[in-house]
Amino acid sequence: MTGQFIIVSSIVILLAVACFFSTDLLGYQVPALLLLMSVSIAAMLFDIWPVIFMATLSALIWNFFFIPPTFTFHVGTTNDALLLLMYFLVASINVVLMSRIRRFERIARDKQEKQNTVKLYNTLFNSLSHELKTPLATLLVASDTLNHGGNNLSESSKKELLAEIEKSGLRLQYQIENLLNMSRIESGTIKLKKDWCDLNELINHILAKFRETYPNRKIDFEENQNIPLYQLDGGLLEIAIENILLNAILYTPENAEIRIVASGKKEYCEISISDTGPGFPKNEIAFAFDKFHRVDPMKTGGTGLGLSIARGIVEVHQGTITLENITSGGALFKIKIPTASSSLSIFR
Amino acid sequence: MINKAEILIIDDELQMLKLLQIALENEGYKVITAQSAKEGIAHAINHQPSLILLDIELPDLNGQTVLKKLREWFQRPIIILSVHNSEDEIVNALDNGATDYLTKPFRTRELLARIRSCLKRNETADDTTILKTGNLEIDLSAHVVKLNSELVKLTATEYNLLVLLAKNQGRVLTHQFILKEIWGVGHQTETQYLRVFVAQLRKKIEPNPNSPVYIITESGVGYRMS
Repeated sequence: MTGQFIIVSSIVILLAVACFFSTDLLGYQVPALLLLMSVSIAAMLFDIWPVIFMATLSALIWNFFFIPPTFTFHVGTTNDALLLLMYFLVASINVVLMSRIRRFERIARDKQEKQNTVKLYNTLFNSLSHELKTPLATLLVASDTLNHGGNNLSESSKKELLAEIEKSGLRLQYQIENLLNMSRIESGTIKLKKDWCDLNELINHILAKFRETYPNRKIDFEENQNIPLYQLDGGLLEIAIENILLNAILYTPENAEIRIVASGKKEYCEISISDTGPGFPKNEIAFAFDKFHRVDPMKTGGTGLGLSIARGIVEVHQGTITLENITSGGALFKIKIPTASSSLSIFR
Repeated sequence: MINKAEILIIDDELQMLKLLQIALENEGYKVITAQSAKEGIAHAINHQPSLILLDIELPDLNGQTVLKKLREWFQRPIIILSVHNSEDEIVNALDNGATDYLTKPFRTRELLARIRSCLKRNETADDTTILKTGNLEIDLSAHVVKLNSELVKLTATEYNLLVLLAKNQGRVLTHQFILKEIWGVGHQTETQYLRVFVAQLRKKIEPNPNSPVYIITESGVGYRMS
């Protein structure tokens, strides 16, 4: 705001000085039109108060330096008084009209935003109700069948039903965990608990969990012996990496390979996760990290939250996360986090 | 299999209480239940259970306070149950004397394994000189560590770290606790040393240091010897 006041004042003064030294050429009425024009242009660019200030200032300057007798605020003829009054009116109308247009623009924008929010919530409710109700339904049907199915159930179907209950429970747990993580990040109250992190250990720990759940997937990781310890929130970073990994597992064919690489320098660390799947459709890459965005909304198993959680976690670390397709096929996620490193080395 | 151990469950959720009772009784444990901190403390005094499962969120008293109160006289294992996956809370509970913790929802198998390991550790006398886990053997009197009957060369710090973990087998030791025990008071924040020594130790004793079986990482909390 202060900046705008300075800009409008400078414009008026510069213009007035220029006109003042060309009075012989322009007379004293043309400068009024020039000043008025500058006010009109300013009304399109700046806020209302700087423009009102500009209109007043330029009117006073025109009066003082240009209307004869010059160097007084006295206005000599009725003609000039009328001119000054007109100047003031036109400038004011300009300001008022401009601010009205602005207000309508804002209302239109708000409306658009509200529509977008409604759309987002609809996606949210569709996605959530589906992802939460499906396992819930399985749970209820399976337990009900076990309870009231009587003695007709064979041992093997009983076992199958019990396995379904367990699977649904785990799926619900995953979905709820994701929602809680998302709301933690969204609330903006998340506090980093930074500590010295051994990225090799962290990634190995994640992989141990994944190999148990997805024994058939090939996930490749080679320890990087050249990276130091970094100051990171290990717990959160683990969630971020897990979400990207899970995304790769859910959306690439079973035979696709996943590869994790950890690297870094003294002042930053990098983690990249790539796969040999089909990659992201080109027009989807820009939206991949958006909340509730899904490449294929019909595919089940995710909430469209995983990648936005990953981005949220990387961003609270002041880091960046990017996605691109590799020319040889597959997607490549890159996390880069600026952070302090330790001079202690794990590998000697 | 008949276990004679008596387990006290303190949890205000009736449903949870019931399910845990069924699961534990099925394993042969005797079960006492309490739905409030007050009732739980009273039961602990009257029954002297072998182990206590304590929900950290009770209506009448903060779980951490209950834990401290119990620890004034109760020496046996206490396993904390919590719905919050908060590292701070877990570390707090362990610092307040909890033997172990589990985050709800957990699998029954996991709970039973933790109970077994807690009870087993309680039985082993303090004067044992040989600690054994898997193919790893530590002779405390001779200061010797053997893996698959072969001698493992460790530095003094590596040895101390290994012994600390092994003496508390099955139990999660927080980073701060380990640092205090090995490096002394005032070094509790220097986790970088801990990371380095754990990595070195793993290289020497783990069959595959990338997926450790002896020294298990508990993210954001500490380490546990399996």
